Amino acid sequence: MAHPAAQGRREWLAFSRRLARRRTALFGAVVVAVVLAVALAAPLVSPFDPLGQDLENRLKPPGWQDGAGYIHPLGTDHLGRDILARVIFGARPALLVGVAAVLISGVLGMIAGLLSGYFGGPVDDVLMRLADIQLAFPFILLAIAVIGVLGPSLVTIIAVIGVSSWVIYARVVRGAVLSIREREFIQAAQALGVRDWRVLVRHILPNAFTPWLVVATLDMARVIVIESALSFLGLGVQPPTPTWGGMLADGRVYLSTAWWLATFPGLAILVAVLGINLFGDGLRDTLDPRLKI
Amino acid sequence: MTTYLVRRLAQSLIVLLGVSFVVFFILHLTGDPAAVLLPPDASAEDLQRFRQAMGFNDPFFVQYGRFLRGALQGDFGQSIRHGEPAFGLVVERMPATFELSGAALVIALALAIPAGIVSAVRRNTTVDYVSTVVALLGQSLPTFWLGIMLILVFSVHWGWLPSSGRGRIEHLILPAITLGLFTTARIARLTRSGMLDVLSQDFIRTARAKGVGDPPVVWKHALKNAAIPIVTIVGIELGTLLGGSVITETIFAWPGVGRLSVQAIYNRDYPVVQAAVFLLASTFVLVNLVVDVLYTYLDPRIRLR
Repeated sequence: MAHPAAQGRREWLAFSRRLARRRTALFGAVVVAVVLAVALAAPLVSPFDPLGQDLENRLKPPGWQDGAGYIHPLGTDHLGRDILARVIFGARPALLVGVAAVLISGVLGMIAGLLSGYFGGPVDDVLMRLADIQLAFPFILLAIAVIGVLGPSLVTIIAVIGVSSWVIYARVVRGAVLSIREREFIQAAQALGVRDWRVLVRHILPNAFTPWLVVATLDMARVIVIESALSFLGLGVQPPTPTWGGMLADGRVYLSTAWWLATFPGLAILVAVLGINLFGDGLRDTLDPRLKI
Repeated sequence: MTTYLVRRLAQSLIVLLGVSFVVFFILHLTGDPAAVLLPPDASAEDLQRFRQAMGFNDPFFVQYGRFLRGALQGDFGQSIRHGEPAFGLVVERMPATFELSGAALVIALALAIPAGIVSAVRRNTTVDYVSTVVALLGQSLPTFWLGIMLILVFSVHWGWLPSSGRGRIEHLILPAITLGLFTTARIARLTRSGMLDVLSQDFIRTARAKGVGDPPVVWKHALKNAAIPIVTIVGIELGTLLGGSVITETIFAWPGVGRLSVQAIYNRDYPVVQAAVFLLASTFVLVNLVVDVLYTYLDPRIRLR
Protein backbone atom coordinates (compact mmCIF):
# COMPACT_ATOMS: atom_id res chain seq x y z
CA MET A 1 0.00 0.00 0.00
CA ALA A 2 1.21 3.47 -0.86
CA HIS A 3 2.37 5.89 1.78
CA PRO A 4 -0.59 8.19 2.76
CA ALA A 5 1.32 11.40 2.00
CA ALA A 6 2.33 10.15 -1.43
CA GLN A 7 -1.22 9.07 -2.11
CA GLY A 8 -2.53 12.50 -1.07
CA ARG A 9 -0.07 14.15 -3.42
CA ARG A 10 -1.13 11.89 -6.27
CA GLU A 11 -4.81 12.70 -5.70
CA TRP A 12 -3.97 16.38 -5.69
CA LEU A 13 -2.09 16.01 -8.97
CA ALA A 14 -4.97 14.13 -10.56
CA PHE A 15 -7.36 16.84 -9.42
CA SER A 16 -5.13 19.63 -10.80
CA ARG A 17 -4.98 17.84 -14.14
CA ARG A 18 -8.77 17.52 -14.28
CA LEU A 19 -9.13 21.21 -13.39
CA ALA A 20 -6.54 22.26 -15.99
CA ARG A 21 -8.44 20.38 -18.71
CA ARG A 22 -11.26 22.89 -18.31
CA ARG A 23 -9.93 25.67 -20.47
CA THR A 24 -12.04 28.43 -18.93
CA ALA A 25 -10.95 27.43 -15.41
CA LEU A 26 -7.33 27.37 -16.51
CA PHE A 27 -7.75 30.81 -18.07
CA GLY A 28 -9.32 32.07 -14.82
CA ALA A 29 -6.46 30.62 -12.79
CA VAL A 30 -3.88 32.32 -15.03
CA VAL A 31 -5.70 35.68 -14.72
CA VAL A 32 -5.87 35.36 -10.93
CA ALA A 33 -2.18 34.39 -10.77
CA VAL A 34 -1.20 37.41 -12.88
CA VAL A 35 -3.29 39.82 -10.77
CA LEU A 36 -1.80 38.34 -7.61
CA ALA A 37 1.75 38.54 -8.95
CA VAL A 38 1.26 42.15 -10.06
CA ALA A 39 -0.15 43.08 -6.63
CA LEU A 40 2.77 41.44 -4.81
CA ALA A 41 5.43 42.89 -7.12
CA ALA A 42 3.72 46.29 -7.52
CA PRO A 43 6.81 48.40 -6.71
CA LEU A 44 8.84 46.42 -9.27
CA VAL A 45 6.38 46.46 -12.19
CA SER A 46 4.89 49.92 -11.69
CA PRO A 47 6.34 52.54 -14.10
CA PHE A 48 5.70 55.45 -11.69
CA ASP A 49 5.11 56.24 -8.01
CA PRO A 50 1.32 55.88 -7.61
CA LEU A 51 1.27 58.91 -5.29
CA GLY A 52 3.67 61.08 -7.32
CA GLN A 53 1.84 64.19 -8.51
CA ASP A 54 2.89 66.01 -11.64
CA LEU A 55 0.66 69.04 -12.02
CA GLU A 56 2.15 70.00 -15.40
CA ASN A 57 0.95 66.71 -16.84
CA ARG A 58 -2.61 66.63 -15.50
CA LEU A 59 -5.33 64.66 -17.33
CA LYS A 60 -2.99 63.36 -20.06
CA PRO A 61 -4.82 60.89 -22.34
CA PRO A 62 -3.61 57.29 -22.72
CA GLY A 63 -0.42 56.72 -24.72
CA TRP A 64 -2.09 55.81 -28.03
CA GLN A 65 -4.10 59.06 -28.02
CA ASP A 66 -1.30 61.32 -26.87
CA GLY A 67 1.17 62.87 -29.31
CA ALA A 68 3.88 62.77 -26.66
CA GLY A 69 3.95 58.96 -26.89
CA TYR A 70 3.84 56.17 -24.35
CA ILE A 71 5.17 57.94 -21.25
CA HIS A 72 1.90 57.34 -19.41
CA PRO A 73 0.42 54.24 -21.12
CA LEU A 74 -3.04 54.72 -19.55
CA GLY A 75 -2.84 58.49 -19.09
CA THR A 76 -2.76 60.58 -15.91
CA ASP A 77 -5.42 61.72 -13.45
CA HIS A 78 -6.48 65.19 -12.24
CA LEU A 79 -3.32 65.48 -10.13
CA GLY A 80 -1.00 64.20 -12.85
CA ARG A 81 -0.60 60.78 -11.22
CA ASP A 82 0.07 57.84 -13.53
CA ILE A 83 -3.12 55.78 -13.99
CA LEU A 84 -1.31 52.51 -14.74
CA ALA A 85 0.73 52.81 -11.52
CA ARG A 86 -2.43 53.49 -9.52
CA VAL A 87 -4.30 50.59 -11.12
CA ILE A 88 -1.37 48.28 -10.24
CA PHE A 89 -1.17 49.45 -6.63
CA GLY A 90 -4.98 49.42 -6.36
CA ALA A 91 -4.86 45.63 -6.60
CA ARG A 92 -3.27 45.50 -3.14
CA PRO A 93 -6.14 46.75 -0.94
CA ALA A 94 -8.64 44.85 -3.12
CA LEU A 95 -6.88 41.49 -2.72
CA LEU A 96 -5.94 42.11 0.92
CA VAL A 97 -9.55 42.84 1.88
CA GLY A 98 -10.70 39.95 -0.32
CA VAL A 99 -8.45 37.33 1.28
CA ALA A 100 -8.78 38.57 4.88
CA ALA A 101 -12.57 39.01 4.81
CA VAL A 102 -13.10 35.63 3.13
CA LEU A 103 -10.92 33.94 5.79
CA ILE A 104 -12.91 35.55 8.63
CA SER A 105 -16.35 34.84 7.19
CA GLY A 106 -15.24 31.40 6.01
CA VAL A 107 -14.06 30.33 9.46
CA LEU A 108 -17.15 31.77 11.17
CA GLY A 109 -19.45 30.11 8.63
CA MET A 110 -17.58 26.79 8.86
CA ILE A 111 -18.01 26.73 12.66
CA ALA A 112 -21.68 27.72 12.44
CA GLY A 113 -22.39 25.17 9.70
CA LEU A 114 -20.62 22.33 11.53
CA LEU A 115 -22.47 23.00 14.80
CA SER A 116 -25.80 23.56 13.08
CA GLY A 117 -25.63 20.42 10.97
CA TYR A 118 -24.10 18.10 13.57
CA PHE A 119 -26.14 18.99 16.65
CA GLY A 120 -29.39 20.02 14.93
CA GLY A 121 -32.32 20.87 17.21
CA PRO A 122 -32.20 24.16 19.12
CA VAL A 123 -28.59 24.90 18.07
CA ASP A 124 -29.65 24.61 14.42
CA ASP A 125 -32.80 26.71 14.99
CA VAL A 126 -30.91 29.56 16.65
CA LEU A 127 -28.11 29.65 14.08
CA MET A 128 -30.47 29.48 11.11
CA ARG A 129 -32.64 32.31 12.51
CA LEU A 130 -29.46 34.36 12.94
CA ALA A 131 -28.70 33.61 9.29
CA ASP A 132 -32.18 34.82 8.27
CA ILE A 133 -31.67 38.04 10.24
CA GLN A 134 -28.31 38.58 8.58
CA LEU A 135 -29.76 37.99 5.11
CA ALA A 136 -32.64 40.41 5.69
CA PHE A 137 -30.26 43.38 5.60
CA PRO A 138 -29.34 45.03 2.33
CA PHE A 139 -25.65 44.17 2.72
CA ILE A 140 -24.05 47.33 1.39
CA LEU A 141 -26.39 49.60 3.40
CA LEU A 142 -25.62 47.80 6.65
CA ALA A 143 -21.90 47.90 5.85
CA ILE A 144 -21.83 51.63 5.14
CA ALA A 145 -23.97 52.38 8.22
CA VAL A 146 -21.56 50.49 10.48
CA ILE A 147 -18.43 51.90 8.78
CA GLY A 148 -20.01 55.37 9.01
CA VAL A 149 -20.24 54.99 12.80
CA LEU A 150 -16.85 53.33 13.35
CA GLY A 151 -14.93 55.38 10.77
CA PRO A 152 -13.35 53.92 7.63
CA SER A 153 -10.08 52.01 8.00
CA LEU A 154 -8.63 48.83 6.54
CA VAL A 155 -9.33 46.87 9.74
CA THR A 156 -12.93 48.11 10.02
CA ILE A 157 -13.67 47.23 6.40
CA ILE A 158 -12.23 43.72 6.72
CA ALA A 159 -14.06 43.17 10.01
CA VAL A 160 -17.42 44.43 8.74
CA ILE A 161 -17.34 42.41 5.51
CA GLY A 162 -15.89 39.36 7.30
CA VAL A 163 -18.40 39.27 10.15
CA SER A 164 -21.45 39.82 7.94
CA SER A 165 -20.70 37.32 5.13
CA TRP A 166 -20.77 34.02 7.04
CA VAL A 167 -24.27 32.86 6.05
CA ILE A 168 -23.52 31.25 2.69
CA TYR A 169 -20.64 29.22 4.18
CA ALA A 170 -22.82 28.12 7.10
CA ARG A 171 -25.61 26.96 4.79
CA VAL A 172 -23.36 25.03 2.43
CA VAL A 173 -21.34 23.39 5.23
CA ARG A 174 -24.54 22.56 7.11
CA GLY A 175 -25.93 20.82 4.04
CA ALA A 176 -22.73 18.80 3.63
CA VAL A 177 -22.69 17.84 7.34
CA LEU A 178 -26.31 16.68 7.22
CA SER A 179 -25.47 14.11 4.57
CA ILE A 180 -22.10 13.07 6.04
CA ARG A 181 -23.55 12.66 9.54
CA GLU A 182 -25.59 9.64 8.52
CA ARG A 183 -22.65 7.79 6.95
CA GLU A 184 -21.37 4.60 8.55
CA PHE A 185 -17.87 5.79 9.39
CA ILE A 186 -19.34 8.60 11.51
CA GLN A 187 -21.71 6.24 13.29
CA ALA A 188 -18.79 3.86 13.83
CA ALA A 189 -16.71 6.64 15.39
CA GLN A 190 -19.61 7.63 17.63
CA ALA A 191 -20.21 4.03 18.65
CA LEU A 192 -16.54 3.74 19.63
CA GLY A 193 -17.10 6.65 22.02
CA VAL A 194 -15.13 9.30 20.12
CA ARG A 195 -15.96 12.76 21.48
CA ASP A 196 -18.24 15.03 19.43
CA TRP A 197 -15.63 17.72 18.78
CA ARG A 198 -13.16 15.10 17.58
CA VAL A 199 -15.71 13.58 15.21
CA LEU A 200 -16.44 17.07 13.91
CA VAL A 201 -12.83 18.11 13.40
CA ARG A 202 -11.26 14.79 12.31
CA HIS A 203 -14.05 13.17 10.32
CA ILE A 204 -16.68 15.68 9.26
CA LEU A 205 -14.65 18.83 8.58
CA PRO A 206 -12.38 17.25 5.93
CA ASN A 207 -15.47 16.05 4.08
CA ALA A 208 -17.24 19.42 4.25
CA PHE A 209 -14.14 21.25 3.08
CA THR A 210 -14.72 20.85 -0.68
CA PRO A 211 -18.00 22.79 -0.92
CA TRP A 212 -16.54 25.34 1.51
CA LEU A 213 -13.57 25.94 -0.80
CA VAL A 214 -15.81 26.51 -3.81
CA VAL A 215 -17.93 29.03 -1.89
CA ALA A 216 -14.82 30.80 -0.58
CA THR A 217 -13.40 31.18 -4.09
CA LEU A 218 -16.60 32.58 -5.57
CA ASP A 219 -17.20 34.79 -2.52
CA MET A 220 -13.80 36.41 -2.98
CA ALA A 221 -15.13 37.94 -6.22
CA ARG A 222 -18.11 39.39 -4.37
CA VAL A 223 -15.92 40.81 -1.60
CA ILE A 224 -13.62 42.54 -4.10
CA VAL A 225 -16.64 44.24 -5.70
CA ILE A 226 -17.88 45.30 -2.25
CA GLU A 227 -14.47 46.70 -1.29
CA SER A 228 -14.48 48.75 -4.50
CA ALA A 229 -18.06 49.90 -3.89
CA LEU A 230 -17.15 51.08 -0.38
CA SER A 231 -14.10 52.95 -1.72
CA PHE A 232 -16.29 54.40 -4.46
CA LEU A 233 -18.64 55.80 -1.79
CA GLY A 234 -15.66 57.23 0.13
CA LEU A 235 -16.00 54.68 2.94
CA GLY A 236 -13.14 52.38 1.93
CA VAL A 237 -9.39 52.63 2.44
CA GLN A 238 -8.80 56.37 2.53
CA PRO A 239 -6.86 58.46 0.00
CA PRO A 240 -4.12 58.98 -1.01
CA THR A 241 -3.78 55.15 -0.99
CA PRO A 242 -4.93 54.16 -4.49
CA THR A 243 -8.04 51.96 -4.59
CA TRP A 244 -9.97 50.95 -7.71
CA GLY A 245 -13.24 52.27 -6.28
CA GLY A 246 -11.66 55.54 -5.18
CA MET A 247 -10.16 56.07 -8.66
CA LEU A 248 -13.60 55.49 -10.18
CA ALA A 249 -15.12 58.08 -7.86
CA ASP A 250 -12.43 60.61 -8.91
CA GLY A 251 -12.94 59.75 -12.57
CA ARG A 252 -16.70 60.26 -12.38
CA VAL A 253 -16.12 64.00 -11.93
CA TYR A 254 -14.10 64.17 -15.18
CA LEU A 255 -16.37 61.87 -17.17
CA SER A 256 -17.15 64.36 -19.94
CA THR A 257 -13.53 65.45 -20.48
CA ALA A 258 -11.29 62.54 -19.49
CA TRP A 259 -12.92 59.14 -20.01
CA TRP A 260 -9.80 57.16 -19.10
CA LEU A 261 -9.94 58.10 -15.41
CA ALA A 262 -13.05 56.03 -14.73
CA THR A 263 -12.56 53.39 -17.43
CA PHE A 264 -9.30 51.65 -16.47
CA PRO A 265 -9.87 51.05 -12.74
CA GLY A 266 -13.26 49.56 -13.66
CA LEU A 267 -11.62 47.27 -16.21
CA ALA A 268 -9.17 46.19 -13.51
CA ILE A 269 -12.06 45.19 -11.21
CA LEU A 270 -13.75 43.38 -14.09
CA VAL A 271 -10.61 41.39 -14.99
CA ALA A 272 -9.90 40.37 -11.38
CA VAL A 273 -13.53 39.43 -10.65
CA LEU A 274 -14.01 37.60 -13.95
CA GLY A 275 -10.81 35.60 -13.40
CA ILE A 276 -11.93 34.55 -9.94
CA ASN A 277 -15.44 33.66 -11.17
CA LEU A 278 -14.09 31.54 -14.04
CA PHE A 279 -11.70 29.74 -11.72
CA GLY A 280 -14.41 29.27 -9.07
CA ASP A 281 -16.91 27.90 -11.61
CA GLY A 282 -14.30 25.42 -12.83
CA LEU A 283 -13.46 24.44 -9.27
CA ARG A 284 -17.13 23.78 -8.56
CA ASP A 285 -17.65 21.76 -11.74
CA THR A 286 -14.57 19.65 -11.00
CA LEU A 287 -15.04 19.13 -7.27
CA ASP A 288 -18.76 19.20 -6.70
CA PRO A 289 -20.94 19.59 -9.79
CA ARG A 290 -24.16 19.19 -7.80
CA LEU A 291 -23.42 22.24 -5.63
CA LYS A 292 -25.98 24.97 -6.35
CA ILE A 293 -24.41 28.36 -5.75
CA MET B 1 -50.27 23.66 5.31
CA THR B 2 -51.72 25.97 8.01
CA THR B 3 -49.04 24.85 10.47
CA TYR B 4 -46.42 25.58 7.83
CA LEU B 5 -47.76 29.11 7.30
CA VAL B 6 -48.06 29.80 11.03
CA ARG B 7 -44.49 28.61 11.55
CA ARG B 8 -43.27 30.74 8.67
CA LEU B 9 -45.07 33.81 10.09
CA ALA B 10 -43.55 33.24 13.53
CA GLN B 11 -40.09 32.95 11.94
CA SER B 12 -40.60 36.24 10.11
CA LEU B 13 -41.56 37.98 13.36
CA ILE B 14 -38.43 36.65 15.07
CA VAL B 15 -36.32 37.86 12.15
CA LEU B 16 -37.91 41.33 12.34
CA LEU B 17 -37.18 41.45 16.06
CA GLY B 18 -33.55 40.58 15.33
CA VAL B 19 -33.44 43.24 12.60
CA SER B 20 -34.73 45.86 15.04
CA PHE B 21 -32.03 44.91 17.55
CA VAL B 22 -29.23 45.23 14.97
CA VAL B 23 -30.61 48.58 13.78
CA PHE B 24 -30.73 49.80 17.39
CA PHE B 25 -27.23 48.49 18.05
CA ILE B 26 -25.64 50.39 15.11
CA LEU B 27 -25.73 53.60 17.16
CA HIS B 28 -24.18 51.86 20.18
CA LEU B 29 -21.21 50.36 18.30
CA THR B 30 -18.73 52.90 19.63
CA GLY B 31 -20.22 52.75 23.12
CA ASP B 32 -21.29 56.39 23.10
CA PRO B 33 -24.26 57.21 20.87
CA ALA B 34 -24.19 60.85 21.99
CA ALA B 35 -20.73 61.29 20.44
CA VAL B 36 -21.99 59.70 17.21
CA LEU B 37 -25.04 61.94 16.96
CA LEU B 38 -23.59 65.28 18.10
CA PRO B 39 -21.02 67.22 16.05
CA PRO B 40 -17.38 66.44 16.99
CA ASP B 41 -16.89 69.91 18.55
CA ALA B 42 -19.71 69.49 21.09
CA SER B 43 -18.64 70.36 24.65
CA ALA B 44 -18.64 67.87 27.53
CA GLU B 45 -21.67 69.63 29.09
CA ASP B 46 -23.59 69.44 25.81
CA LEU B 47 -22.82 65.74 25.55
CA GLN B 48 -23.97 65.16 29.14
CA ARG B 49 -27.17 67.13 28.65
CA PHE B 50 -27.91 65.32 25.38
CA ARG B 51 -27.31 61.91 27.00
CA GLN B 52 -29.75 62.80 29.78
CA ALA B 53 -32.38 64.14 27.37
CA MET B 54 -32.17 61.13 25.03
CA GLY B 55 -32.09 58.62 27.86
CA PHE B 56 -28.67 57.25 26.89
CA ASN B 57 -27.82 56.90 30.60
CA ASP B 58 -30.54 54.28 31.08
CA PRO B 59 -29.70 50.57 31.12
CA PHE B 60 -29.08 49.11 27.64
CA PHE B 61 -32.21 46.97 27.46
CA VAL B 62 -34.43 49.79 28.73
CA GLN B 63 -33.14 51.84 25.80
CA TYR B 64 -33.78 48.98 23.38
CA GLY B 65 -37.32 48.58 24.72
CA ARG B 66 -37.95 52.26 24.13
CA PHE B 67 -36.47 52.03 20.61
CA LEU B 68 -38.60 48.99 19.79
CA ARG B 69 -41.79 50.64 21.02
CA GLY B 70 -41.00 53.69 18.89
CA ALA B 71 -40.11 51.58 15.83
CA LEU B 72 -43.42 49.70 16.03
CA GLN B 73 -45.23 53.04 15.90
CA GLY B 74 -43.04 54.31 13.07
CA ASP B 75 -41.10 56.64 15.36
CA PHE B 76 -37.33 56.62 14.79
CA GLY B 77 -36.80 60.14 16.15
CA GLN B 78 -36.23 63.40 14.32
CA SER B 79 -33.84 63.73 11.40
CA ILE B 80 -30.90 65.78 12.65
CA ARG B 81 -30.42 67.37 9.24
CA HIS B 82 -34.01 68.02 8.17
CA GLY B 83 -35.73 68.43 11.56
CA GLU B 84 -38.59 66.19 10.41
CA PRO B 85 -39.54 62.69 11.60
CA ALA B 86 -36.97 60.29 10.09
CA PHE B 87 -39.62 57.66 9.33
CA GLY B 88 -41.65 60.08 7.18
CA LEU B 89 -38.56 61.09 5.18
CA VAL B 90 -37.79 57.45 4.35
CA VAL B 91 -41.39 56.48 3.55
CA GLU B 92 -41.60 59.44 1.16
CA ARG B 93 -38.65 58.02 -0.81
CA MET B 94 -39.89 54.41 -0.87
CA PRO B 95 -41.97 54.68 -4.09
CA ALA B 96 -38.92 55.83 -6.08
CA THR B 97 -36.87 52.87 -4.84
CA PHE B 98 -39.70 50.42 -5.55
CA GLU B 99 -40.11 51.87 -9.04
CA LEU B 100 -36.40 51.39 -9.78
CA SER B 101 -36.16 47.90 -8.25
CA GLY B 102 -39.40 46.85 -9.94
CA ALA B 103 -38.21 48.04 -13.35
CA ALA B 104 -34.87 46.26 -12.85
CA LEU B 105 -36.66 43.05 -11.91
CA VAL B 106 -38.95 43.25 -14.94
CA ILE B 107 -35.96 43.76 -17.25
CA ALA B 108 -34.13 40.89 -15.56
CA LEU B 109 -37.03 38.44 -15.89
CA ALA B 110 -37.86 39.50 -19.45
CA LEU B 111 -34.27 38.90 -20.60
CA ALA B 112 -33.12 36.10 -18.34
CA ILE B 113 -35.91 33.54 -18.60
CA PRO B 114 -36.04 33.36 -22.42
CA ALA B 115 -32.22 33.41 -22.56
CA GLY B 116 -31.97 30.63 -20.00
CA ILE B 117 -34.58 28.48 -21.78
CA VAL B 118 -33.02 28.91 -25.22
CA SER B 119 -29.57 28.15 -23.76
CA ALA B 120 -30.83 24.94 -22.19
CA VAL B 121 -32.84 23.75 -25.20
CA ARG B 122 -30.08 24.58 -27.69
CA ARG B 123 -27.33 23.37 -25.43
CA ASN B 124 -23.72 23.67 -26.69
CA THR B 125 -24.68 25.78 -29.72
CA THR B 126 -23.45 29.31 -30.46
CA VAL B 127 -26.57 30.79 -28.83
CA ASP B 128 -25.78 28.92 -25.63
CA TYR B 129 -22.14 30.00 -25.61
CA VAL B 130 -22.97 33.65 -26.25
CA SER B 131 -25.60 33.79 -23.54
CA THR B 132 -23.33 31.96 -21.09
CA VAL B 133 -20.48 34.40 -21.70
CA VAL B 134 -22.81 37.41 -21.41
CA ALA B 135 -24.21 36.04 -18.13
CA LEU B 136 -20.72 35.50 -16.78
CA LEU B 137 -19.73 39.06 -17.72
CA GLY B 138 -22.93 40.34 -16.14
CA GLN B 139 -22.04 38.64 -12.88
CA SER B 140 -18.54 40.07 -12.91
CA LEU B 141 -19.26 43.71 -13.86
CA PRO B 142 -19.31 45.99 -10.82
CA THR B 143 -22.64 47.88 -10.80
CA PHE B 144 -21.13 51.28 -10.21
CA TRP B 145 -18.69 50.96 -13.09
CA LEU B 146 -21.39 49.75 -15.47
CA GLY B 147 -23.52 52.77 -14.50
CA ILE B 148 -20.67 55.18 -15.15
CA MET B 149 -19.86 53.56 -18.52
CA LEU B 150 -23.53 53.71 -19.59
CA ILE B 151 -23.58 57.43 -18.69
CA LEU B 152 -20.33 57.92 -20.62
CA VAL B 153 -21.74 56.28 -23.75
CA PHE B 154 -25.44 57.13 -23.76
CA SER B 155 -25.48 60.50 -21.98
CA VAL B 156 -22.07 62.11 -22.48
CA HIS B 157 -21.08 60.72 -25.89
CA TRP B 158 -24.38 60.29 -27.74
CA GLY B 159 -26.64 62.43 -25.56
CA TRP B 160 -29.55 60.01 -25.96
CA LEU B 161 -30.60 59.49 -22.36
CA PRO B 162 -30.52 61.63 -19.21
CA SER B 163 -27.81 60.74 -16.68
CA SER B 164 -29.68 61.78 -13.55
CA GLY B 165 -33.02 62.51 -11.93
CA ARG B 166 -36.44 60.88 -11.98
CA GLY B 167 -39.60 61.70 -13.91
CA ARG B 168 -40.13 60.37 -17.42
CA ILE B 169 -39.51 56.85 -18.64
CA GLU B 170 -36.15 57.93 -20.19
CA HIS B 171 -34.86 58.63 -16.70
CA LEU B 172 -35.61 55.07 -15.67
CA ILE B 173 -33.82 53.23 -18.51
CA LEU B 174 -30.13 53.55 -17.59
CA PRO B 175 -30.53 53.08 -13.80
CA ALA B 176 -32.85 50.08 -14.27
CA ILE B 177 -30.41 48.36 -16.67
CA THR B 178 -27.51 49.08 -14.32
CA LEU B 179 -29.33 47.72 -11.30
CA GLY B 180 -30.85 44.76 -13.15
CA LEU B 181 -27.80 43.33 -14.94
CA PHE B 182 -26.44 41.28 -12.07
CA THR B 183 -29.87 39.83 -11.33
CA THR B 184 -30.38 39.11 -15.05
CA ALA B 185 -27.17 37.10 -15.11
CA ARG B 186 -28.09 35.18 -11.95
CA ILE B 187 -31.59 34.29 -13.12
CA ALA B 188 -30.38 33.34 -16.62
CA ARG B 189 -27.81 30.91 -15.21
CA LEU B 190 -30.37 29.47 -12.80
CA THR B 191 -33.03 29.07 -15.51
CA ARG B 192 -30.52 27.31 -17.76
CA SER B 193 -29.38 24.82 -15.13
CA GLY B 194 -32.96 24.30 -13.87
CA MET B 195 -34.23 23.59 -17.38
CA LEU B 196 -31.32 21.22 -18.11
CA ASP B 197 -32.17 19.30 -14.94
CA VAL B 198 -35.84 19.01 -15.84
CA LEU B 199 -35.28 18.23 -19.53
CA SER B 200 -33.21 15.18 -18.63
CA GLN B 201 -35.94 13.67 -16.44
CA ASP B 202 -38.06 10.66 -17.26
CA PHE B 203 -41.44 12.37 -17.62
CA ILE B 204 -40.02 14.59 -20.35
CA ARG B 205 -38.73 11.54 -22.20
CA THR B 206 -42.15 9.95 -21.78
CA ALA B 207 -43.88 13.05 -23.15
CA ARG B 208 -41.51 13.08 -26.13
CA ALA B 209 -42.02 9.35 -26.69
CA LYS B 210 -45.77 9.91 -26.74
CA GLY B 211 -45.15 12.29 -29.61
CA VAL B 212 -45.62 15.61 -27.82
CA GLY B 213 -43.93 18.30 -29.93
CA ASP B 214 -40.95 20.36 -28.88
CA PRO B 215 -42.70 23.65 -27.97
CA PRO B 216 -45.30 22.09 -25.61
CA VAL B 217 -42.63 19.95 -23.93
CA VAL B 218 -40.50 23.01 -23.24
CA TRP B 219 -43.23 25.47 -22.29
CA LYS B 220 -45.83 23.27 -20.60
CA HIS B 221 -43.94 20.36 -19.10
CA ALA B 222 -40.45 21.63 -18.40
CA LEU B 223 -40.85 25.32 -17.56
CA LYS B 224 -43.57 24.65 -14.99
CA ASN B 225 -41.12 22.55 -13.01
CA ALA B 226 -38.13 24.78 -13.58
CA ALA B 227 -40.18 27.76 -12.33
CA ILE B 228 -40.02 26.67 -8.69
CA PRO B 229 -36.38 27.61 -7.99
CA ILE B 230 -36.82 30.74 -10.12
CA VAL B 231 -39.65 31.97 -7.86
CA THR B 232 -37.45 31.45 -4.79
CA ILE B 233 -34.54 33.33 -6.26
CA VAL B 234 -36.78 36.26 -7.24
CA GLY B 235 -37.53 36.81 -3.54
CA ILE B 236 -33.86 36.65 -2.66
CA GLU B 237 -32.81 38.79 -5.62
CA LEU B 238 -35.17 41.50 -4.40
CA GLY B 239 -32.78 41.87 -1.46
CA THR B 240 -29.89 42.26 -3.91
CA LEU B 241 -31.89 44.88 -5.81
CA LEU B 242 -32.87 46.86 -2.70
CA GLY B 243 -29.24 46.76 -1.55
CA GLY B 244 -27.89 47.55 -5.01
CA SER B 245 -30.18 50.56 -5.20
CA VAL B 246 -27.86 52.25 -2.68
CA ILE B 247 -25.09 52.43 -5.30
CA THR B 248 -27.26 52.86 -8.40
CA GLU B 249 -29.30 55.68 -6.88
CA THR B 250 -26.10 57.46 -5.86
CA ILE B 251 -24.68 57.29 -9.40
CA PHE B 252 -27.86 58.41 -11.17
CA ALA B 253 -29.02 60.90 -8.48
CA TRP B 254 -32.22 58.85 -8.22
CA PRO B 255 -34.29 60.28 -5.32
CA GLY B 256 -34.90 57.00 -3.46
CA VAL B 257 -34.15 55.49 -0.07
CA GLY B 258 -30.64 54.35 -1.08
CA ARG B 259 -29.43 57.83 -1.98
CA LEU B 260 -31.16 59.29 1.08
CA SER B 261 -29.32 56.85 3.35
CA VAL B 262 -25.91 57.46 1.78
CA GLN B 263 -26.41 61.21 2.25
CA ALA B 264 -27.65 60.60 5.80
CA ILE B 265 -24.47 58.62 6.58
CA TYR B 266 -22.30 61.47 5.23
CA ASN B 267 -24.29 63.93 7.37
CA ARG B 268 -24.14 61.64 10.44
CA ASP B 269 -27.96 61.77 10.42
CA TYR B 270 -28.37 58.38 12.11
CA PRO B 271 -32.11 58.41 12.87
CA VAL B 272 -32.67 58.49 9.09
CA VAL B 273 -30.10 55.70 8.55
CA GLN B 274 -31.82 53.55 11.18
CA ALA B 275 -35.28 54.12 9.71
CA ALA B 276 -34.00 53.33 6.18
CA VAL B 277 -32.17 50.14 7.15
CA PHE B 278 -35.16 48.97 9.18
CA LEU B 279 -37.71 49.66 6.44
CA LEU B 280 -35.67 48.06 3.65
CA ALA B 281 -34.95 44.96 5.75
CA SER B 282 -38.64 44.68 6.72
CA THR B 283 -39.64 44.95 3.06
CA PHE B 284 -37.28 42.09 2.24
CA VAL B 285 -38.70 39.90 5.04
CA LEU B 286 -42.29 40.62 3.94
CA VAL B 287 -41.62 39.91 0.26
CA ASN B 288 -39.95 36.61 1.13
CA LEU B 289 -42.91 35.64 3.29
CA VAL B 290 -45.21 36.32 0.33
CA VAL B 291 -42.90 34.35 -1.98
CA ASP B 292 -43.03 31.38 0.38
CA VAL B 293 -46.82 31.48 0.43
CA LEU B 294 -46.88 31.57 -3.40
CA TYR B 295 -44.46 28.70 -3.38
CA THR B 296 -46.90 26.43 -1.56
CA TYR B 297 -49.29 26.87 -4.49
CA LEU B 298 -46.59 26.13 -7.08
CA ASP B 299 -45.13 23.11 -5.34
CA PRO B 300 -47.71 20.68 -3.94
CA ARG B 301 -44.97 18.76 -2.10
CA ILE B 302 -44.72 21.62 0.42
CA ARG B 303 -48.47 21.74 0.97
CA LEU B 304 -48.35 18.21 2.32
CA ARG B 305 -45.82 18.99 5.05
